[in-house]
Amino acid sequence: MPKTLLTVATRKGTFIVESDDRREWTMRGPYCEAWPIYHSIYDPKTGSLFAAAASEWHGSTVWRSSDLGETWEQSSEGLTYGDEDGRKISKVSTLARAGDRLLVGAEAPGIFESRDDGKTWSLLSTLSGQHGSEAWDDPANQPPGHLGISGFVTDAGDSDNFFAIVQGVGAFQTEDGGSSWTPRNNGLRRDWPAEWEDVGFCVHKLVRSSDPQRMYQQNHVGMHRSDDGGQSWNEITEGLPGDFGFAAAVHPHDRETFYVIPVDGGHGRTMHDGKATVWRTRDAGSSWQPMRQGLPQENAHLGVLRQGMTIDSADTPGVYFGTSTGQVFASMDEGDTWSEIASYLPSISSVDVAILD
Amino acid sequence: MVDVRLPGTLTPLFPGLTRKPEVEGSTVLEVIDRLEEQWPGLRDRLVAEGPTLRNHIHVYVDGERAALDSPVADRSRLDVIAAISGG
Repeated sequence: MPKTLLTVATRKGTFIVESDDRREWTMRGPYCEAWPIYHSIYDPKTGSLFAAAASEWHGSTVWRSSDLGETWEQSSEGLTYGDEDGRKISKVSTLARAGDRLLVGAEAPGIFESRDDGKTWSLLSTLSGQHGSEAWDDPANQPPGHLGISGFVTDAGDSDNFFAIVQGVGAFQTEDGGSSWTPRNNGLRRDWPAEWEDVGFCVHKLVRSSDPQRMYQQNHVGMHRSDDGGQSWNEITEGLPGDFGFAAAVHPHDRETFYVIPVDGGHGRTMHDGKATVWRTRDAGSSWQPMRQGLPQENAHLGVLRQGMTIDSADTPGVYFGTSTGQVFASMDEGDTWSEIASYLPSISSVDVAILD
Repeated sequence: MVDVRLPGTLTPLFPGLTRKPEVEGSTVLEVIDRLEEQWPGLRDRLVAEGPTLRNHIHVYVDGERAALDSPVADRSRLDVIAAISGG
Protein backbone atom coordinates (compact mmCIF):
# COMPACT_ATOMS: atom_id res chain seq x y z
CA MET A 1 0.00 0.00 0.00
CA PRO A 2 1.39 3.46 -0.77
CA LYS A 3 2.30 5.81 2.04
CA THR A 4 -0.26 8.40 3.10
CA LEU A 5 1.47 11.57 4.24
CA LEU A 6 -0.24 14.43 6.02
CA THR A 7 1.51 17.77 6.26
CA VAL A 8 0.17 19.57 9.31
CA ALA A 9 0.81 23.27 9.82
CA THR A 10 0.58 24.52 13.37
CA ARG A 11 1.21 27.61 15.39
CA LYS A 12 4.49 26.02 16.41
CA GLY A 13 5.91 24.47 13.28
CA THR A 14 5.07 21.88 10.66
CA PHE A 15 4.49 18.25 11.58
CA ILE A 16 4.26 15.12 9.46
CA VAL A 17 1.67 12.44 10.22
CA GLU A 18 2.09 9.36 8.04
CA SER A 19 0.98 5.78 7.58
CA ASP A 20 1.80 2.81 5.41
CA ASP A 21 -1.52 1.08 5.99
CA ARG A 22 -3.94 3.94 6.83
CA ARG A 23 -4.58 2.34 10.22
CA GLU A 24 -1.42 2.98 12.24
CA TRP A 25 -0.11 6.53 12.11
CA THR A 26 3.17 8.00 13.28
CA MET A 27 4.10 11.62 13.78
CA ARG A 28 7.33 13.55 13.44
CA GLY A 29 8.28 17.18 13.89
CA PRO A 30 8.16 20.01 14.73
CA TYR A 31 9.89 21.33 11.64
CA CYS A 32 10.56 24.85 10.34
CA GLU A 33 12.20 25.79 13.65
CA ALA A 34 8.72 25.83 15.19
CA TRP A 35 7.81 29.04 13.39
CA PRO A 36 4.10 29.87 13.19
CA ILE A 37 2.97 28.10 10.00
CA TYR A 38 -0.24 29.16 8.29
CA HIS A 39 -0.34 26.66 5.43
CA SER A 40 1.84 23.75 4.44
CA ILE A 41 1.44 21.62 1.34
CA TYR A 42 2.88 18.66 -0.50
CA ASP A 43 3.70 19.76 -4.05
CA PRO A 44 3.03 16.92 -6.47
CA LYS A 45 5.09 18.56 -9.22
CA THR A 46 8.38 18.54 -7.32
CA GLY A 47 7.67 16.14 -4.47
CA SER A 48 8.68 18.92 -2.09
CA LEU A 49 6.94 20.25 0.98
CA PHE A 50 6.32 23.97 1.34
CA ALA A 51 5.23 25.92 4.41
CA ALA A 52 4.06 29.54 4.54
CA ALA A 53 5.27 31.09 7.77
CA ALA A 54 5.15 34.39 9.60
CA SER A 55 7.16 35.10 12.73
CA GLU A 56 6.46 38.01 15.06
CA TRP A 57 10.22 38.47 15.25
CA HIS A 58 11.55 37.60 11.85
CA GLY A 59 8.78 38.31 9.35
CA SER A 60 7.34 36.16 6.60
CA THR A 61 9.04 33.40 4.68
CA VAL A 62 8.36 30.17 2.82
CA TRP A 63 10.03 27.02 4.06
CA ARG A 64 10.74 24.15 1.70
CA SER A 65 11.87 20.56 2.09
CA SER A 66 12.89 18.29 -0.76
CA ASP A 67 13.18 15.17 1.43
CA LEU A 68 9.67 14.95 2.88
CA GLY A 69 10.48 17.01 5.90
CA GLU A 70 13.82 15.67 7.05
CA THR A 71 15.64 18.91 6.21
CA TRP A 72 14.29 22.40 5.53
CA GLU A 73 15.45 25.70 4.06
CA GLN A 74 13.62 29.01 3.93
CA SER A 75 13.61 32.00 1.64
CA SER A 76 11.78 35.31 1.52
CA GLU A 77 13.90 36.75 -1.29
CA GLY A 78 11.54 38.94 -3.30
CA LEU A 79 8.65 38.65 -0.85
CA THR A 80 8.27 42.39 -0.47
CA TYR A 81 6.36 45.37 -1.80
CA GLY A 82 9.57 47.38 -1.65
CA ASP A 83 10.74 50.18 0.58
CA GLU A 84 8.78 52.92 -1.22
CA ASP A 85 5.35 51.28 -1.58
CA GLY A 86 4.02 51.79 1.93
CA ARG A 87 2.45 48.37 2.17
CA LYS A 88 4.15 45.80 4.34
CA ILE A 89 3.91 42.07 4.26
CA SER A 90 2.69 41.02 7.67
CA LYS A 91 1.98 37.41 6.75
CA VAL A 92 2.08 34.81 4.00
CA SER A 93 -0.72 32.38 4.56
CA THR A 94 -1.68 30.27 1.57
CA LEU A 95 0.22 28.24 -1.02
CA ALA A 96 -0.69 26.59 -4.31
CA ARG A 97 0.96 25.08 -7.36
CA ALA A 98 -0.08 26.45 -10.77
CA GLY A 99 1.99 24.84 -13.51
CA ASP A 100 5.57 26.04 -13.30
CA ARG A 101 4.66 28.56 -10.66
CA LEU A 102 4.40 28.20 -6.94
CA LEU A 103 1.98 30.81 -5.60
CA VAL A 104 1.87 32.32 -2.16
CA GLY A 105 -0.79 34.70 -0.89
CA ALA A 106 0.26 37.61 1.27
CA GLU A 107 -1.19 40.15 3.65
CA ALA A 108 -1.52 43.06 2.69
CA PRO A 109 -3.25 41.42 -0.28
CA GLY A 110 -0.88 40.30 -2.97
CA ILE A 111 0.04 37.17 -4.85
CA PHE A 112 3.71 36.31 -5.21
CA GLU A 113 5.06 33.64 -7.53
CA SER A 114 8.18 31.54 -7.55
CA ARG A 115 9.43 29.92 -10.72
CA ASP A 116 12.37 28.22 -9.01
CA ASP A 117 10.41 26.17 -6.50
CA GLY A 118 10.53 28.58 -3.61
CA LYS A 119 14.09 29.88 -3.79
CA THR A 120 13.09 33.37 -4.97
CA TRP A 121 9.79 35.21 -5.30
CA SER A 122 8.35 38.07 -7.30
CA LEU A 123 5.08 39.97 -7.13
CA LEU A 124 2.53 38.55 -9.56
CA SER A 125 -0.53 40.67 -8.78
CA THR A 126 -2.22 42.80 -6.17
CA LEU A 127 -5.50 42.65 -8.11
CA SER A 128 -5.25 46.41 -8.40
CA GLY A 129 -8.09 48.13 -10.16
CA GLN A 130 -10.75 45.84 -8.76
CA HIS A 131 -13.60 47.49 -6.94
CA GLY A 132 -12.52 48.01 -3.36
CA SER A 133 -8.82 47.65 -4.06
CA GLU A 134 -8.13 51.27 -3.14
CA ALA A 135 -9.23 50.41 0.39
CA TRP A 136 -7.43 47.11 0.69
CA ASP A 137 -4.26 48.64 -0.72
CA ASP A 138 -4.30 51.50 1.79
CA PRO A 139 -1.80 50.68 4.55
CA ALA A 140 -3.70 52.94 6.95
CA ASN A 141 -7.02 51.23 6.28
CA GLN A 142 -6.41 47.69 7.41
CA PRO A 143 -9.24 46.41 9.62
CA PRO A 144 -8.66 44.23 12.69
CA GLY A 145 -7.24 40.94 11.61
CA HIS A 146 -5.94 42.58 8.48
CA LEU A 147 -6.79 41.48 4.96
CA GLY A 148 -4.91 39.08 2.80
CA ILE A 149 -5.06 36.52 0.07
CA SER A 150 -6.50 33.62 2.01
CA GLY A 151 -6.93 30.92 -0.60
CA PHE A 152 -6.34 29.70 -4.14
CA VAL A 153 -8.09 27.22 -6.36
CA THR A 154 -5.87 26.16 -9.22
CA ASP A 155 -6.60 24.09 -12.31
CA ALA A 156 -4.24 21.18 -12.94
CA GLY A 157 -5.07 21.29 -16.64
CA ASP A 158 -4.71 25.04 -17.16
CA SER A 159 -2.06 26.74 -15.08
CA ASP A 160 -3.18 30.23 -16.17
CA ASN A 161 -6.65 29.69 -14.77
CA PHE A 162 -7.00 30.07 -11.03
CA PHE A 163 -9.08 31.69 -8.33
CA ALA A 164 -7.83 33.83 -5.47
CA ILE A 165 -9.77 34.88 -2.40
CA VAL A 166 -9.29 38.34 -0.97
CA GLN A 167 -10.40 38.18 2.65
CA GLY A 168 -13.56 40.16 3.28
CA VAL A 169 -13.80 41.17 -0.38
CA GLY A 170 -14.57 38.08 -2.42
CA ALA A 171 -13.33 35.57 -4.95
CA PHE A 172 -11.63 36.53 -8.20
CA GLN A 173 -10.68 34.46 -11.21
CA THR A 174 -7.86 34.93 -13.66
CA GLU A 175 -7.69 33.09 -16.96
CA ASP A 176 -4.44 34.67 -18.11
CA GLY A 177 -2.06 33.77 -15.34
CA GLY A 178 -2.79 36.76 -13.13
CA SER A 179 -2.70 39.65 -15.61
CA SER A 180 -6.43 40.31 -15.33
CA TRP A 181 -9.08 39.30 -12.83
CA THR A 182 -12.86 38.95 -12.74
CA PRO A 183 -14.92 38.97 -9.55
CA ARG A 184 -16.81 35.68 -9.12
CA ASN A 185 -19.29 36.53 -6.41
CA ASN A 186 -22.56 36.65 -8.29
CA GLY A 187 -25.43 35.28 -6.19
CA LEU A 188 -23.56 35.10 -2.89
CA ARG A 189 -25.45 36.20 0.20
CA ARG A 190 -24.20 39.08 2.28
CA ASP A 191 -25.91 40.46 5.33
CA TRP A 192 -24.30 43.87 5.30
CA PRO A 193 -24.41 46.97 3.11
CA ALA A 194 -21.73 47.17 0.46
CA GLU A 195 -20.53 49.87 -1.88
CA TRP A 196 -20.17 47.58 -4.89
CA GLU A 197 -22.32 44.90 -6.44
CA ASP A 198 -19.48 42.55 -7.34
CA VAL A 199 -17.29 42.71 -4.25
CA GLY A 200 -17.81 43.00 -0.50
CA PHE A 201 -18.33 39.31 0.25
CA CYS A 202 -16.62 37.21 2.84
CA VAL A 203 -15.49 34.03 1.13
CA HIS A 204 -13.83 31.67 3.57
CA LYS A 205 -13.12 28.60 1.47
CA LEU A 206 -13.49 27.72 -2.18
CA VAL A 207 -13.16 24.22 -3.64
CA ARG A 208 -13.68 22.71 -7.07
CA SER A 209 -14.99 19.20 -7.67
CA SER A 210 -13.84 16.65 -10.25
CA ASP A 211 -16.25 18.46 -12.57
CA PRO A 212 -14.67 21.92 -12.95
CA GLN A 213 -18.09 23.47 -13.36
CA ARG A 214 -19.15 22.31 -9.91
CA MET A 215 -17.67 24.36 -7.11
CA TYR A 216 -18.56 24.87 -3.47
CA GLN A 217 -17.76 27.55 -0.98
CA GLN A 218 -18.07 28.14 2.72
CA ASN A 219 -18.91 31.77 3.17
CA HIS A 220 -19.15 33.95 6.27
CA VAL A 221 -22.91 33.71 5.74
CA GLY A 222 -23.74 30.40 4.18
CA MET A 223 -22.71 27.44 2.13
CA HIS A 224 -22.94 28.02 -1.60
CA ARG A 225 -22.70 25.94 -4.76
CA SER A 226 -21.84 26.86 -8.31
CA ASP A 227 -22.77 24.77 -11.33
CA ASP A 228 -21.08 27.04 -13.85
CA GLY A 229 -17.48 27.21 -12.74
CA GLY A 230 -17.99 30.03 -10.25
CA GLN A 231 -19.85 32.41 -12.51
CA SER A 232 -22.90 32.26 -10.24
CA TRP A 233 -23.68 30.85 -6.82
CA ASN A 234 -26.70 29.43 -5.01
CA GLU A 235 -26.99 29.04 -1.27
CA ILE A 236 -27.25 25.49 0.12
CA THR A 237 -27.14 26.18 3.85
CA GLU A 238 -30.54 24.70 4.71
CA GLY A 239 -30.13 21.61 6.85
CA LEU A 240 -26.88 22.71 8.45
CA PRO A 241 -26.74 23.86 12.10
CA GLY A 242 -25.42 27.28 11.10
CA ASP A 243 -24.26 29.32 8.18
CA PHE A 244 -20.72 30.03 9.37
CA GLY A 245 -17.59 27.94 9.04
CA PHE A 246 -14.20 27.74 7.44
CA ALA A 247 -13.26 24.20 6.45
CA ALA A 248 -14.63 22.42 3.41
CA ALA A 249 -13.63 19.52 1.17
CA VAL A 250 -15.10 17.97 -1.93
CA HIS A 251 -15.06 14.29 -2.87
CA PRO A 252 -12.40 13.66 -5.54
CA HIS A 253 -14.59 11.36 -7.66
CA ASP A 254 -18.15 12.45 -6.93
CA ARG A 255 -19.20 16.02 -7.63
CA GLU A 256 -22.30 15.65 -5.48
CA THR A 257 -20.44 14.80 -2.26
CA PHE A 258 -19.05 17.56 -0.16
CA TYR A 259 -17.96 17.99 3.47
CA VAL A 260 -18.14 21.00 5.74
CA ILE A 261 -17.59 21.78 9.41
CA PRO A 262 -19.95 24.51 10.63
CA VAL A 263 -18.73 26.46 13.65
CA ASP A 264 -20.19 29.20 15.82
CA GLY A 265 -19.85 32.50 14.03
CA GLY A 266 -19.28 34.65 17.14
CA HIS A 267 -16.18 34.80 19.22
CA GLY A 268 -16.15 31.07 19.85
CA ARG A 269 -15.76 29.72 16.34
CA THR A 270 -15.98 26.17 17.65
CA MET A 271 -18.27 23.32 16.60
CA HIS A 272 -21.89 23.68 17.66
CA ASP A 273 -23.07 22.41 21.06
CA GLY A 274 -19.67 21.01 21.97
CA LYS A 275 -20.23 18.07 19.62
CA ALA A 276 -17.54 17.49 17.03
CA THR A 277 -19.36 16.99 13.74
CA VAL A 278 -18.53 16.89 10.07
CA TRP A 279 -21.53 17.46 7.83
CA ARG A 280 -21.76 15.64 4.52
CA THR A 281 -24.00 16.03 1.55
CA ARG A 282 -24.40 13.34 -1.10
CA ASP A 283 -26.72 15.41 -3.26
CA ALA A 284 -24.82 18.65 -3.78
CA GLY A 285 -26.32 20.36 -0.77
CA SER A 286 -29.99 19.44 -1.10
CA SER A 287 -29.66 17.54 2.17
CA TRP A 288 -27.00 17.20 4.87
CA GLN A 289 -26.08 14.42 7.26
CA PRO A 290 -24.08 14.80 10.49
CA MET A 291 -21.03 12.54 10.71
CA ARG A 292 -20.23 12.00 14.39
CA GLN A 293 -19.22 8.38 14.96
CA GLY A 294 -15.80 8.34 16.56
CA LEU A 295 -15.72 12.08 17.17
CA PRO A 296 -16.00 13.51 20.71
CA GLN A 297 -19.60 14.39 21.50
CA GLU A 298 -19.37 16.00 24.90
CA ASN A 299 -17.63 19.27 25.80
CA ALA A 300 -15.70 19.15 22.54
CA HIS A 301 -15.19 22.79 21.67
CA LEU A 302 -13.07 22.30 18.59
CA GLY A 303 -12.33 24.85 15.92
CA VAL A 304 -11.17 24.07 12.39
CA LEU A 305 -9.67 26.73 10.15
CA ARG A 306 -10.11 27.21 6.40
CA GLN A 307 -7.19 25.01 5.37
CA GLY A 308 -7.88 22.59 8.20
CA MET A 309 -9.76 19.88 6.29
CA THR A 310 -8.62 17.89 3.29
CA ILE A 311 -9.41 14.75 1.35
CA ASP A 312 -7.15 12.41 -0.57
CA SER A 313 -7.50 10.87 -4.01
CA ALA A 314 -7.88 7.18 -3.11
CA ASP A 315 -10.75 5.22 -4.64
CA THR A 316 -12.36 5.39 -1.21
CA PRO A 317 -10.85 8.70 -0.18
CA GLY A 318 -9.61 9.48 3.29
CA VAL A 319 -10.99 12.62 4.89
CA TYR A 320 -8.91 14.48 7.46
CA PHE A 321 -9.23 17.53 9.66
CA GLY A 322 -7.04 19.24 12.25
CA THR A 323 -8.31 21.28 15.16
CA SER A 324 -7.50 24.41 17.08
CA THR A 325 -6.79 22.12 20.04
CA GLY A 326 -4.20 20.04 18.23
CA GLN A 327 -5.98 16.84 17.22
CA VAL A 328 -6.01 15.30 13.75
CA PHE A 329 -9.04 13.16 12.94
CA ALA A 330 -9.33 10.86 9.94
CA SER A 331 -12.08 8.90 8.26
CA MET A 332 -11.34 6.05 5.86
CA ASP A 333 -14.98 5.41 4.96
CA GLU A 334 -15.97 8.77 3.49
CA GLY A 335 -16.96 10.27 6.82
CA ASP A 336 -19.08 7.49 8.33
CA THR A 337 -16.59 6.83 11.14
CA TRP A 338 -13.63 8.76 12.48
CA SER A 339 -10.54 8.15 14.56
CA GLU A 340 -8.05 10.47 16.22
CA ILE A 341 -4.71 9.85 14.50
CA ALA A 342 -2.63 12.59 16.16
CA SER A 343 -2.99 14.42 19.45
CA TYR A 344 -1.42 17.14 21.57
CA LEU A 345 -0.19 19.20 18.65
CA PRO A 346 -0.13 22.98 18.81
CA SER A 347 -3.14 24.75 17.32
CA ILE A 348 -3.52 23.51 13.73
CA SER A 349 -3.72 25.90 10.78
CA SER A 350 -3.82 23.47 7.90
CA VAL A 351 -3.81 19.82 6.90
CA ASP A 352 -2.72 18.65 3.46
CA VAL A 353 -2.53 15.07 2.25
CA ALA A 354 -0.56 13.17 -0.38
CA ILE A 355 -0.53 9.53 -1.36
CA LEU A 356 3.03 8.55 -2.26
CA ASP A 357 3.61 5.56 -4.48
CA MET B 1 35.07 45.46 13.76
CA VAL B 2 31.74 45.46 15.57
CA ASP B 3 30.99 42.84 18.20
CA VAL B 4 27.51 41.64 17.21
CA ARG B 5 25.28 39.51 19.44
CA LEU B 6 22.40 37.79 17.67
CA PRO B 7 19.33 35.97 19.02
CA GLY B 8 19.42 32.20 18.98
CA THR B 9 16.42 32.09 16.67
CA LEU B 10 18.60 33.18 13.76
CA THR B 11 21.46 30.71 13.79
CA PRO B 12 19.44 27.64 12.68
CA LEU B 13 18.36 29.54 9.55
CA PHE B 14 21.83 30.29 8.21
CA PRO B 15 24.53 27.61 8.14
CA GLY B 16 27.76 28.89 9.64
CA LEU B 17 26.18 31.84 11.43
CA THR B 18 27.20 32.16 15.07
CA ARG B 19 25.62 34.10 17.90
CA LYS B 20 28.66 36.40 18.00
CA PRO B 21 29.81 37.35 14.51
CA GLU B 22 32.21 40.23 14.00
CA VAL B 23 31.73 42.51 10.99
CA GLU B 24 32.48 46.07 10.00
CA GLY B 25 30.04 48.95 9.61
CA SER B 26 29.46 52.52 10.71
CA THR B 27 25.69 52.31 11.24
CA VAL B 28 23.35 49.57 12.44
CA LEU B 29 22.06 49.09 8.89
CA GLU B 30 25.57 48.81 7.51
CA VAL B 31 26.38 46.13 10.05
CA ILE B 32 23.25 44.22 9.07
CA ASP B 33 24.12 44.60 5.40
CA ARG B 34 27.60 43.20 6.02
CA LEU B 35 25.96 40.21 7.71
CA GLU B 36 23.64 39.91 4.71
CA GLU B 37 26.65 39.63 2.40
CA GLN B 38 27.85 36.57 4.28
CA TRP B 39 24.44 35.08 5.04
CA PRO B 40 21.98 36.07 2.31
CA GLY B 41 18.47 36.50 3.63
CA LEU B 42 19.52 37.55 7.12
CA ARG B 43 18.62 41.20 6.57
CA ASP B 44 15.00 40.29 5.86
CA ARG B 45 14.77 38.50 9.18
CA LEU B 46 15.59 41.76 10.99
CA VAL B 47 14.53 44.58 8.65
CA ALA B 48 11.06 45.30 7.25
CA GLU B 49 10.02 47.47 4.34
CA GLY B 50 10.95 51.13 4.76
CA PRO B 51 13.55 50.09 5.76
CA THR B 52 12.77 49.84 9.46
CA LEU B 53 13.64 47.35 12.12
CA ARG B 54 10.94 44.70 12.44
CA ASN B 55 8.42 45.50 15.16
CA HIS B 56 9.75 43.06 17.72
CA ILE B 57 13.43 43.33 16.90
CA HIS B 58 15.28 45.69 19.22
CA VAL B 59 18.87 46.79 18.72
CA TYR B 60 21.21 48.24 21.30
CA VAL B 61 24.60 49.82 20.59
CA ASP B 62 26.83 49.76 23.64
CA GLY B 63 23.74 49.42 25.78
CA GLU B 64 21.72 52.22 24.20
CA ARG B 65 18.55 51.56 22.21
CA ALA B 66 19.37 52.15 18.52
CA ALA B 67 17.69 52.50 15.13
CA LEU B 68 18.90 51.47 11.71
CA ASP B 69 20.67 54.78 11.16
CA SER B 70 22.31 54.89 14.58
CA PRO B 71 26.11 55.18 14.40
CA VAL B 72 28.30 52.29 15.40
CA ALA B 73 31.95 52.75 16.33
CA ASP B 74 34.79 50.33 15.88
CA ARG B 75 34.78 47.84 18.78
CA SER B 76 31.19 48.71 19.65
CA ARG B 77 28.96 45.96 20.92
CA LEU B 78 25.70 45.63 18.97
CA ASP B 79 22.99 43.51 20.62
CA VAL B 80 20.07 42.31 18.54
CA ILE B 81 17.19 41.28 20.77
CA ALA B 82 14.08 39.35 19.79
CA ALA B 83 11.71 41.17 22.15
CA ILE B 84 9.17 39.38 24.30
CA SER B 85 6.32 38.48 21.99
CA GLY B 86 3.81 35.77 21.34
CA GLY B 87 3.25 32.81 23.61
